[in-house]
Amino acid sequence: MKKLVSILMVLVLVLSMAACGKKDDNKAGSSKVKAGFICLHDENSTYDKNFIDAAKQACEEMGIEAVFKTNVPEGQECLEAAEELVDDGCNFIFADSFGHEDYMIEAAKEFPEVQFCHATGTQAHTAGLDNFHNAFASIYEGRYLAGIVAGLKLNEMIENGEITADQAKVGYVGAFTYAEVVSGYTSFFLGIRSVCPSATMEVTFTGSWYDETAEKEGANKLIENGCVLISQHADSMGAPTACETAGVPNVSYNGSTDSACPNTFLVSSRIDWAPYFKYAMGCVESGSPIDTDWTGTLQSGSVVLSYYGNSVAEGTEEAVEAAKADLESGKIHVFDTATFTVDGKKLDSYQADVDSDAAYTPDHEVIVDGYFDESGKDFRSAPYFDLNIDGITLLDTAF
Amino acid sequence: MENKRREPLFHIVKRDTLPAWQSVGIRIIAILIALVVCAILTTALTGDNPFDVYYTMFQGAFGTERKTWFTLRDLSILLLISLALTPAFKMCFWNIGGEGQVLAGALAAAACMICLEDKIPDPVIVLLMIVTSIFAGAFWAFIPAICKAVWNTNETLSTLMMNYIATQLVAFFIIKWEVPKGSGKIGMICQDSHVGWLVDPMGNKFLLSIIVAAVITVIMYIYLKYTKHGYEIAVLGGSVQTARYAGIKVGKVIVRTVCLSGALCGVVGLLLVGSVNHTLTTTIVGGQGFTAVMVSWLAQFNPFVMVLTSLLIIFLDRGASAIATSFGVNESFSDMITGIILFFIIGCEFFIRYKVIFKKNSAEATVNTAKAEAKENSTEKIKDKATANEEKEDEE
Repeated sequence: MKKLVSILMVLVLVLSMAACGKKDDNKAGSSKVKAGFICLHDENSTYDKNFIDAAKQACEEMGIEAVFKTNVPEGQECLEAAEELVDDGCNFIFADSFGHEDYMIEAAKEFPEVQFCHATGTQAHTAGLDNFHNAFASIYEGRYLAGIVAGLKLNEMIENGEITADQAKVGYVGAFTYAEVVSGYTSFFLGIRSVCPSATMEVTFTGSWYDETAEKEGANKLIENGCVLISQHADSMGAPTACETAGVPNVSYNGSTDSACPNTFLVSSRIDWAPYFKYAMGCVESGSPIDTDWTGTLQSGSVVLSYYGNSVAEGTEEAVEAAKADLESGKIHVFDTATFTVDGKKLDSYQADVDSDAAYTPDHEVIVDGYFDESGKDFRSAPYFDLNIDGITLLDTAF
Repeated sequence: MENKRREPLFHIVKRDTLPAWQSVGIRIIAILIALVVCAILTTALTGDNPFDVYYTMFQGAFGTERKTWFTLRDLSILLLISLALTPAFKMCFWNIGGEGQVLAGALAAAACMICLEDKIPDPVIVLLMIVTSIFAGAFWAFIPAICKAVWNTNETLSTLMMNYIATQLVAFFIIKWEVPKGSGKIGMICQDSHVGWLVDPMGNKFLLSIIVAAVITVIMYIYLKYTKHGYEIAVLGGSVQTARYAGIKVGKVIVRTVCLSGALCGVVGLLLVGSVNHTLTTTIVGGQGFTAVMVSWLAQFNPFVMVLTSLLIIFLDRGASAIATSFGVNESFSDMITGIILFFIIGCEFFIRYKVIFKKNSAEATVNTAKAEAKENSTEKIKDKATANEEKEDEE
């Protein structure tokens, strides 16, 4: 009984102390939009930082008040974060991680008057909800351009006699064997091979979007296997740091790693989410509908390359600009079926699982006009390229 | 005591039971110091007004009706795990495998939902979920229990190891059941069919775990205090020799109690998958299996006091994340605040049980030490005779 009373009193005290404080002044936004952002990690993850920076920039430009919920796991917590944001007055809510999608859909069902947008998701076009939307960007184009930077570096190494043409093996640290990752490393590889035809690639998977140790070990394993250039699709600094230590050139993703890797950083491709945020929040402001699936492109400014590192090969910038212009004009396509084979054969037809279902039923013909139409406007924004092309070796596919 | 020995700067002496106002006083002082330290740290590191920070903490836990429900729901889950661990602790069986036992229960429940979704009727699935998750939790506890009972293995190590096995087992099945393939997550289970989703009493999705926690709190109190099993646990916790002397089958009581502990953890797993999350992840328990150890100890194994200690932890936790959101500071900062507050609250328990005597009072101290030692000896004797009396003393 004594304990009960004492703990009660302690609690009362804590609560009364807490209640003494005065309310903090809200930074009044001039807009009728209030935006809520749900992030899987915080700014320590390059992936989330990329979203947070873009969101801050877009909200500042538009005079919109933003609330951030960071370190929200891919579970019920996401739905709860969305509910709290709605309670807080947000009428535009965005979540940045693939696993948030199911919970965002639940939230969209619960609050039909609030617009929910989700990056990298696959279900908006089949969910039948007016207020739930997916967004992504044709980042495969950015990876392709980064691949050109890498390929030119390989050529330079071959010319300098550091490696022979056969030794031009590239390593790639991926998170999961999932279409988004497959599409990413394949486009990077095709970019490399467009300038360095003898290149091959090895891919290893960590089974996590953010695992610094595993990514570092993965990169080290690839380097030991004889890979002379490394890129990655996982969100920590693990792989870039390993590269800097070993002196192996590195192409990063979602942000420059120049400061941590001054000697080995080549270039980084990333999605700039600010154009999407401006577009979607603009729609909420004007009351017009948001696209169910929105794909950012090079033209919309959504797919960007960072500045180049010190060690890029000569003539890189010109080659990249030329390829970029060709991609924008439609003269070349990243997944041109003339540039790759699957099991030794050219691809004439492929049914992809665009409408996600548990059985992965292929449901759409995606080879259009001689190229694989990734993130096509008739399909969905999230990648669905999941083919294993020749020249790429997967070291482990457990994940 | 040798008088010639050089006196140390201070002595630590066991106290007599403190009068209520003094123990409350010590706790209040501890909280005040904690709040002051946090305030200094907040101003120094972030430049924010500490009172705003405390206000935000309160708002984070009870600011809106929904937040209050979240707090109560989280409280009920943490309380349930703490209640589950308590009988084992009271018996001096250090079950730190709550995490793994809950995961085992969660895995069983999720398996029923995923594998049987469109094969058998929903009520049968729910029934199977209840049975299998309770069994799975109990089984996960049974292994360390039987090892302890038969070979007297160290249960702290074995329960801890079982946690890792459970986590890896769940990780394995997540890859097996992942949707879509290669994404490393299961997502909401039966999102469209709602098969295996437990009922929401009165349409409130938070109520089920709260009701279960309330019922089990009362039952656990009665079980520990008024039943033969409860008495056996208390005796065994006091001294294994005494228990043997009194004719208690030690091995049987250990296995029975630890299985009960695990079964209750299994129930939590069931609630997490069937009612709260509707998914399965390796982090679904979120370390609460360990936090529950602190909750149970802070409450000195009294189920009703555990309601308050788990409220304290959940309040700090939700408050901390509110600070991170409103002040735009890194979550590590708010965790630091919670850590400091907890440190002082737990630390003050030391000053309630012991007192520090400085050098100049050494003569008095020696007397006190002698007194305390005498008292300790006598209490131990009493303990040996009947441990159950201890609780009555407590009540007075």
